[in-house]
Amino acid sequence: MHIIRSATWLAPLVRKLVVEAPRVAARHQPGHFVIVRGTRDGERIPLTIADSDAESGTITLVIQMAGATTERLCALCAGDSLVDVAGPLGRPTEIEAFGHVVLVGGGVGTAVIYPQAGALKALGNRVTGVIGGRSRPYVILEEELGKICDAVHPCTDDGSHGFHGFVTQRLAQLLDAEPPVDAVITAGPVLMMKAVAEVTRGRGIRTIASLNPVMVDGTGMCGGCRVTVGGEQKFACVDGPEFDAHLVSFDELQDRLGAYRTHELRARERLALDPEHKCRLERARVEIESEPRRAS
Amino acid sequence: MAKVLKASERMKIPRVAMAEQPASERARCFMEVNRGLASEQAVLEATRCLQCKQPDCIDGCPVGVDIPGFVRAVAEGDLPRAADILYAANVLPGITGRVCPQETQCEVRCILGKKHQPLAVGYLERFVADWAREHRNEVVERAQPTGRRVAVVGSGPAGLTCAGELARRGHEVTVFEALHRPGGVLVYGIPEFRLPKVIVDMEVAKLMELGVRVECNVVVGQTHTIQQLMGDEGYHAVFIANGAGLPRFQGIPGENLKGVYSANEYLTRVNLMGAYQGEDAATPVLRGRGVVVVGGGNTAMDAVRTGRRLGADPATLVYRRSEAEMPARVEEVHHAREEGIVFRMLTNPVEVLGDEKGWVRAVRCQQMGLGEPDASGRRSPVPIPGSEFEIDCQVFVEAVGTRANPLLTQSTPELKLDRWGQIKVDERGMTNLPGVFAGGDIVRGGATVILAMGDGKRAASAIHDWFGCASGG
Ligand SMILES: Cc1cc2nc3c(=O)[nH]c(=O)nc-3n(C[C@H](O)[C@H](O)[C@H](O)COP(=O)(O)OP(=O)(O)OC[C@H]3O[C@@H](n4cnc5c(N)ncnc54)[C@H](O)[C@@H]3O)c2cc1C
Ligand SMILES: Cc1cc2nc3c(=O)[nH]c(=O)nc-3n(C[C@H](O)[C@H](O)[C@H](O)COP(=O)(O)OP(=O)(O)OC[C@H]3O[C@@H](n4cnc5c(N)ncnc54)[C@H](O)[C@@H]3O)c2cc1C
Ligand code: SF4
Ligand code: SF4
Ligand code: FES
Repeated sequence: MHIIRSATWLAPLVRKLVVEAPRVAARHQPGHFVIVRGTRDGERIPLTIADSDAESGTITLVIQMAGATTERLCALCAGDSLVDVAGPLGRPTEIEAFGHVVLVGGGVGTAVIYPQAGALKALGNRVTGVIGGRSRPYVILEEELGKICDAVHPCTDDGSHGFHGFVTQRLAQLLDAEPPVDAVITAGPVLMMKAVAEVTRGRGIRTIASLNPVMVDGTGMCGGCRVTVGGEQKFACVDGPEFDAHLVSFDELQDRLGAYRTHELRARERLALDPEHKCRLERARVEIESEPRRAS
Repeated sequence: MAKVLKASERMKIPRVAMAEQPASERARCFMEVNRGLASEQAVLEATRCLQCKQPDCIDGCPVGVDIPGFVRAVAEGDLPRAADILYAANVLPGITGRVCPQETQCEVRCILGKKHQPLAVGYLERFVADWAREHRNEVVERAQPTGRRVAVVGSGPAGLTCAGELARRGHEVTVFEALHRPGGVLVYGIPEFRLPKVIVDMEVAKLMELGVRVECNVVVGQTHTIQQLMGDEGYHAVFIANGAGLPRFQGIPGENLKGVYSANEYLTRVNLMGAYQGEDAATPVLRGRGVVVVGGGNTAMDAVRTGRRLGADPATLVYRRSEAEMPARVEEVHHAREEGIVFRMLTNPVEVLGDEKGWVRAVRCQQMGLGEPDASGRRSPVPIPGSEFEIDCQVFVEAVGTRANPLLTQSTPELKLDRWGQIKVDERGMTNLPGVFAGGDIVRGGATVILAMGDGKRAASAIHDWFGCASGG
């Protein structure tokens, strides 16, 4: 059992959980993820470790409500627990002295780039964050990144905050400006990462994407997370999840992510009828009003 | 009780037939196919054994079960003694009685098989184990603690057996398992209809009574390294039994279409994650009218029979050699046929075909003929030109083997591997690192449950010896 120490809303559909997992916390490096199961009969899903504290033995998860499983997790509050947390999994990000690195995060992808920012900075890189969301409340971790990065550029689709437009447009501007960019690391929706790769491809800038295929075990045993990189088959859970974005077949990844869409829709319909879940979600929602939105 | 029969009389008794769930019913559900023997059946079958002075059958068993010994006890109706004899050599008889390839191990050596049908060793083993599970409430005696600590990596048959044998000798054992449930292939691979999971759970519970600790969700190599286990974590020895794991794909076009699975993923979704319980299970699995599985081993057979149970009609098995070469257990092949599985032998998939939305719609196959015998004397399959055809399906499952999982070995670069990435061990089961032992599929490649158990048992003795204790103490 992994007790949830705290649970807060970062954005309307994005919940941050600080969870007890001392072993994972002790070994966490940026880029690692965990496989989580909320309840005994639940699904195993991968979630990036957004932060960790070896001393208190906790890890931070930032979860976007996407379907039934994540919706259940988002309804959890402090004092609740997760039955399983396995990890840390995946290869850690290759943190190098690149020079100037731009981190591009979209939605919860921002939680993936957050620990990378700290590690890159510690190695002496100049670090710029470009983070996006639909509108102002959807831009997460801006303040936290601001403390680490040399500059952070929030972007919103509707212009309600920061740059009006997509992160890729802001990225393109930065690539044309000074100081020159040596590497780009990106995490977020597949279509966004694909667009980022297109922006940097012609300029020959090293670009790394953190892929999010469907996973089951996370240990290399099932092959469900296979992705095509440079024409070769890779298992994202053990060979990745980070790969050279210029070699990734994003269209295939996007297509494969849709394999269970009808199941997922049914699962959400069932969940909507579950009175216990409704009650939990209500409890989690009330909390946002009683407790002012906290930055950390 | 059974009167003493002459050999000629014994040989007149026909081999027992196992009661089975009718094929038409079981093709739609996941309940165990074999129902087990009734007591009278078991006793009668046991009386068939000739009690050979030099029984060949024992040599066929990788862990050397005293077959005539336990069988005689069954014939005499002394099930407690039968269980004692059986468990002395084999700690998981309820599992091996169900899944051992007896026809190539113990039963193939049985003298009765020369003229008649061999003794049904597997059925009797299962009978005794099931009896013991239901009727015996042994108080397991814990041995005097030795103060030695052993970490076992992986909770498949190799790991579980090793843990049990070590605990019996008083060593403190922790089993680390990457998944959320212990059992390895026994819980994620082999389906409920062949091996009910309660049997595995009870075996694990028994180990825990012996004092073994089982920690799930620990991925050795990631959560801890071997060095850390031997260092900071204070273990005196490690047994690595992390299985073969990584699935192979054939490398044909279309393998990334939606509806293509490795057998491991397909079976894991259905077994471990419970998708067999219905379409509302939290973890989904794609169901199709047509399911095609490629391969000829137990894994392929389990996958295609699973597809059938999830509603496929037809569920088709394609294999590039002929039926005689299929490595699957004979009983499973027989059951599969009864359940209406379509067998297409000498057939090799060359491409998975998709619709415009990226879903599997068919698999294109090639007919194979048998060529000249190769170096091993086997006639290898060769494609027949112009023989290509398509089989309609929505789900295509590849069961073409696994390879060693590099997750753990990568984090321990000092560990010597062979060219397939399998861990090299000496005759005791020790790797090149002192105190680090290995066994099961990670050493042998995909093998069998009983061979993995044999490795676990041998390693336990070797670890015990290595600690400098008197062997068997
Ligand atoms: C290595 C890795 C790290 C991840 N880290 C995080 C994280 O830190 N925070 C977070 O919120 N999510 C993360 N994800 C994605 C997360 O695992 C999925 O959103 C989750 O599995 C969806 O489960 P669900 O049942 O709630 O939604 P589902 O009902 O399964 O899916 C809802 C929708 O999301 C899409 N989807 C399904 N699986 C994924 C996936 N793996 N990635 C993206 N979209 C998907 C589906 O196409 C569907 O339209 C990560 C994924 C991977 C592989
Ligand atoms: C579908 C299928 C059907 C089969 N049918 C039969 C049959 O009928 N009869 C038969 O005799 N054999 C059968 N086999 C083969 C048999 O199951 C294997 O040979 C046997 O299970 C190998 O045992 P093992 O203990 O070496 O490994 P496994 O059973 O593979 O167990 C290894 C365990 O280690 C865990 N693990 C992996 N990496 C790590 C890590 N880094 N840290 C912690 N834990 C880890 C895994 O999650 C797994 O639980 C079948 C195999 C399959 C796949
Ligand atoms: S363990 Fe397997 S091989 Fe040995 S006697 Fe039992 S069924 Fe036969
Ligand atoms: S070889 Fe057959 S008949 Fe002889 S002891 Fe073994 S099981 Fe009995
Ligand atoms: S998630 Fe199963 S192999 Fe990667």
